[in-house]
Amino acid sequence: MALALQPVKGGVTLLSDYNFIGVFVVVAILFPFVALGIAWLLRPKKPNPVKASTYECGLETIGETWVRFRAQDYIYALVFVVFDIEAVFLFPWAMAYDQLGLWALAEAVLFLGILIVGLVYAWRKGALRWQ
Amino acid sequence: MDILNFWVELGRVVGEWMASWGLPPWAVNLIADFIGVLILVVFGVMAVIIFTPMERKVIARMQDRPGPNRVWPYGLLQALADAIKMLTKEDIIPSKADRALHMLAPILVVIPALLIYAVLPWGPRLIGQDLNVGVLYVVAIGAIHILAVVIAGWGSDNKYALLSAFRTVNQLLAYEVPMVLSILAVVLLARTMSTQGIVEAQSVPYLIVTPIAGLIYLVCAMAEANRSPVDLLEADSEMVAGYMVEYSGMKFAMFFIAEYVNMFAVAILVSTLFLGGWKFFGLEDVAPVLAPLIVFGKSVLVIFCMLWFRATFPRLRFDHLVGFSWKFLVPLSLINLLLVALVVKIPVADSRLAPWVQGGAMLLASLVVMAATALLLNRAARRLKDAPALKRIVAVER
Amino acid sequence: MTLSVSHVIFVVLSATALVGALGVVLSRNLFRAALFLVLSFVGVAGLYILLEVEILAMIQLLIYVGAIAILIIFVIMVSRQLMSPQYRAWNQQRPGGAVVAVVLFAVLAFVLLSVTWPTAEAAVPQDAIARLGRALVAPDQFVLPFEVASVLLLVALVGAVVIAREK
Repeated sequence: MALALQPVKGGVTLLSDYNFIGVFVVVAILFPFVALGIAWLLRPKKPNPVKASTYECGLETIGETWVRFRAQDYIYALVFVVFDIEAVFLFPWAMAYDQLGLWALAEAVLFLGILIVGLVYAWRKGALRWQ
Repeated sequence: MDILNFWVELGRVVGEWMASWGLPPWAVNLIADFIGVLILVVFGVMAVIIFTPMERKVIARMQDRPGPNRVWPYGLLQALADAIKMLTKEDIIPSKADRALHMLAPILVVIPALLIYAVLPWGPRLIGQDLNVGVLYVVAIGAIHILAVVIAGWGSDNKYALLSAFRTVNQLLAYEVPMVLSILAVVLLARTMSTQGIVEAQSVPYLIVTPIAGLIYLVCAMAEANRSPVDLLEADSEMVAGYMVEYSGMKFAMFFIAEYVNMFAVAILVSTLFLGGWKFFGLEDVAPVLAPLIVFGKSVLVIFCMLWFRATFPRLRFDHLVGFSWKFLVPLSLINLLLVALVVKIPVADSRLAPWVQGGAMLLASLVVMAATALLLNRAARRLKDAPALKRIVAVER
Repeated sequence: MTLSVSHVIFVVLSATALVGALGVVLSRNLFRAALFLVLSFVGVAGLYILLEVEILAMIQLLIYVGAIAILIIFVIMVSRQLMSPQYRAWNQQRPGGAVVAVVLFAVLAFVLLSVTWPTAEAAVPQDAIARLGRALVAPDQFVLPFEVASVLLLVALVGAVVIAREK
């Protein structure tokens, strides 16, 4: 931990970096539990079937709780997956870019270009429109 | 004791004191880590306490009204009053909801917001943990936040919560791509993914070098945090508080705590990536003790901008919202990325002058791109105004 | 064999991944099964960190948890059919499935135990990510798979658009 509280330099490997993250994860998981625990101690508990019913603008629920399938949602999620993976591929490229020549740029342009074609296709076919 | 380097010296003194207890080194490290984590978590919670009343007061003043002013002078402890209220409200779980999921969501939504603080740099040698992949870590953590929203919507057994969770996820996904692409531009410039490294690489703040990336990142960060003008999904007059509608008491508060903790973290990130972090015209070399204050000041500036946006712009309609991201921000950030990649490769004779020449060239190119974009938008808007469908409607009304 | 901290952490992370995997298979509620899958992904990401390839760990979280799991959950959430009680997660072919699983396990165990796996002696270099980037675009290394990957993504995109439009 570089917060200058670390007096003894243990291993300087990559792994020791994550000690701090590990401790942080544990504390971060405990934090909401503690907060909710305090609330659990302090709050009133008077269960009541009316209170426990689902909220629908003050009326009784009409129909079951489900949502109609829309291809739109799936398209958005898939386009996101594609661009997410593309961005992830570009991170190592960005790190190495410094030492490489212009041909690295050309290859990345090709990579991005192919995906931009996909984006334009989806756009023209109206797949990006949210109805 | 070198007073100008106060925080680092403090850490060193405390560390040596702990080492003198005679514990094995791993125990000392563990305790040191634990203390560091607690400090950062306190920072995060402080963000909530400071920024909740600040937001309401600032927006109120922009709307020419006083805002909360009952709790303590000037209403500054409003957050504490809200906290007490939240703690003492009864927790109602809908009867048909999945109990485990209903309880999981508020917990899961706070964790990523807090975890970001591990990689935020507060000074030249003050950072929780300088990961080699700092910015990628931040983006990856955001993914968990999306999951928490989904669980909240599903675990509420409420049509509106589910619908709203759907739309929220759509929005979050749409704005994550331009965000990652603008971070890529910054990584390209700084040649490192570590947050500390990015701050150190900014001889000129990156906002000036790639204003496009900076602005895109700001907009996307605001959208990811569900803040107006893109907060359609949790606004009170819209989907009835959206995916949080079936949550009461502390669980509801968890969502809001997560939002403000996240907002503060994101503001510090913006200042780290684009405003130069703890750098301030060389002040940080003279007095490193002031570095956290510099970071805080810059992030308050960013938060003020966010509040300003909220008070000024009307909400975007949902289809406009996602369309804006996919059809405008994504292509723009791709163009920006290619621009940055191109300009960085321009050979400069004198290597000392390189950052300035490249920065200037990039700024110029960015301005050209922004002007071209504005022109294109102008033409598109004019075309829309003259659209035959619109003309028909106008003619009929006349 | 002395027990070190990394052994303990390895066991914890593997257990997470395995519990997640078991949860996917055994869970009756499809949504919970998806969440168990996420747990499994997180466990694997932790294992990547243990192997000191943090870039892969972050990529795992970003793509598997952040994109693919969301996609799966989307499909689950909107398929009313899948959530109805008539759809049974446990079907009639359990005995046959069990046999196949046992055989597969036996084969995998035999292979894993009988091969002497080469262990990398060198530590992960500091500039690992830059090297990875270089490998991705170097003409004599992985540039072809790099470009083909983008074509693959394009195909997925176009396919999804075509199928969804026919609805």
